[in-house]
Amino acid sequence: MSEIILETRGLTKHYGGVHALNDADFLLHKGEHVAIMGDNGAGKSTFVRQITGVEQRTSGTVSFDGKEVHFSGPIDAREAGIETVFQTLALADDLDVPDNLFLGREITKCDWLGPFRLLDYKAMREATLAGLERTAVKIPNIRNTIQNMSGGQRQCVAIARTATFSSKMTIMDEPTAALGVQETAQVENIIRTLKDNGEPLILVSHNMRQVFDLVDRIIVFRRGRIVANLNVSETDGQDVVAYITGAKTGAEYEGAA
Amino acid sequence: MARSTQSTGGLDFDRSRRAWPNELNIFIALILIIGIFEILGQTLPYMNEQSFLFDTRDRFDSIFNEARLRIIILQVAIIGIIALGVTQVIISGGIDLSSGPLVGATAMIVMSFAQTELVNGGPNPKAVFGQWAFDLPILLPIIVGLAFGAMIGAINGSLIAFTRIPPFIATLGMFLICRGIAQAWTRGKPVSFPTEGYAGLGSGMMPVYWFFGLAVVFHCVLKYTVYGKHTYAIGSNEDAARMSGINVQKHKVMVYMIASMLAAFAAIILSSKNLTAQSGMGIFYELYAIAMAVIGGVSLTGGRGSIIGTVLGAMVFGVIQSGFTYVKLDAYYQLMAMGVIIIGAVVLDKVRQERAASRK
Repeated sequence: MSEIILETRGLTKHYGGVHALNDADFLLHKGEHVAIMGDNGAGKSTFVRQITGVEQRTSGTVSFDGKEVHFSGPIDAREAGIETVFQTLALADDLDVPDNLFLGREITKCDWLGPFRLLDYKAMREATLAGLERTAVKIPNIRNTIQNMSGGQRQCVAIARTATFSSKMTIMDEPTAALGVQETAQVENIIRTLKDNGEPLILVSHNMRQVFDLVDRIIVFRRGRIVANLNVSETDGQDVVAYITGAKTGAEYEGAA
Repeated sequence: MARSTQSTGGLDFDRSRRAWPNELNIFIALILIIGIFEILGQTLPYMNEQSFLFDTRDRFDSIFNEARLRIIILQVAIIGIIALGVTQVIISGGIDLSSGPLVGATAMIVMSFAQTELVNGGPNPKAVFGQWAFDLPILLPIIVGLAFGAMIGAINGSLIAFTRIPPFIATLGMFLICRGIAQAWTRGKPVSFPTEGYAGLGSGMMPVYWFFGLAVVFHCVLKYTVYGKHTYAIGSNEDAARMSGINVQKHKVMVYMIASMLAAFAAIILSSKNLTAQSGMGIFYELYAIAMAVIGGVSLTGGRGSIIGTVLGAMVFGVIQSGFTYVKLDAYYQLMAMGVIIIGAVVLDKVRQERAASRK
């Protein structure tokens, strides 16, 4: 197997008395696409939030790109190279595509002006077009504001962020949950493009077909614990459902849940 | 269908369906309103065929009635300066109700540091401080005023950013505090007789130059700087802004500070223009400033609007005010009509937004 990009050991998160995430050991290799599945409240999103620094873990370690990391916020994680497409789209409706792509990390000129440093619109526009090109995202007019876009286009913009900045790893939290068939297909195409480019991905999804189409490995969460680690080629939908519902538990996770 | 160079991925983009800039609508409204007053002037029986806009007197060879235009611009300039700050606050998703009383308080304080010693050969009858406070360099009152504005703005912004109380409540409280400061400063007595240099700040058409100068500066700031972009982003989607790494709290404090400093500057210009400061100065200014921004297309839900819009909104505001006087509308009805127009502007904006949304 190739190099490890992300590794968590004993990752645990308690919200007061609620043990939302318990002892999660997780591995992601370079170029690998992994799906995280599980019922509502199984700990999928909690797991993602601990990795991306949105929340601070109760205990456990996270190593990214060979080094142990302590992200104090999503910005830290992003600067380290982890791009996240959140379940609630982090887009500003009244801004256009380049503005959204570069929100919080604008290309600027005259940096001595502090908060009043100038925006380099031209450079941002060019980088945006290049990023959209790379992901094969189709957006008719990048100067259009987000509010005038369809749900699929919005999702594509959110995902295109990851491609515009050379990230080391991408996390998508249910990227197609609210999309139509065509729009879903477009997003899935982007994910395939990422795969072809060898960019590792963690995909949180409920969609069995999508998961089997897109990823190499499936991790199943149940009641805050990882209960299965399955290669897509060695499993099927029924099997995964059995793990999700608790009818089955992976041999190495016996006694966990 | 026109192909755009920005088109990507092979999709066509029809330029003719691109959004019509909101500022153009306001400009058209401004022209229409001027037209209406012009027609009213020509047709109303008691108006003696006066012209609202044009110069009809034989003695002068100017085309426009310059005196009226001058008055229109002059009377909105000072509130317009406040509106420049209010615009930024509203774009960031907040509201500032404290700007009017802040004008009163700042004027009182600043004027106390701008007094001259001798009035008509005798001692200044309105002296606030002792001997040391007379004939200070002009920069001192300006710095004191801007610092006071910055302090009030910092308190407003910190309350809103850190205690997360609604901006409406925070600035409403500050509204009362500032009016209280204005009255307590001299126990209600007016402060008068500034130095010559201070009086020069707001004399003649100076307020208009300040207004347009500051408008250009803040237009550029909002459009071309990171500060401006983040202001729009926060008003548009605060969570997204936070997740994108913008320090939302710090930014909000900055926005309110800039707004209050602009209001304080307006107070300096106003007290200089009037050569006096009274605790009741700036009554309704906060509402007029908000009205100018709203008429100018600044959305109260945040994220949308521009300085150009607000400047045009201020012009509309001035033209309507002047026009009401011109058609001899009773001052009592003028406030009522103004209220109707502000509500109308917001309703129109809403309709326009919804139409734009359903068109896609």
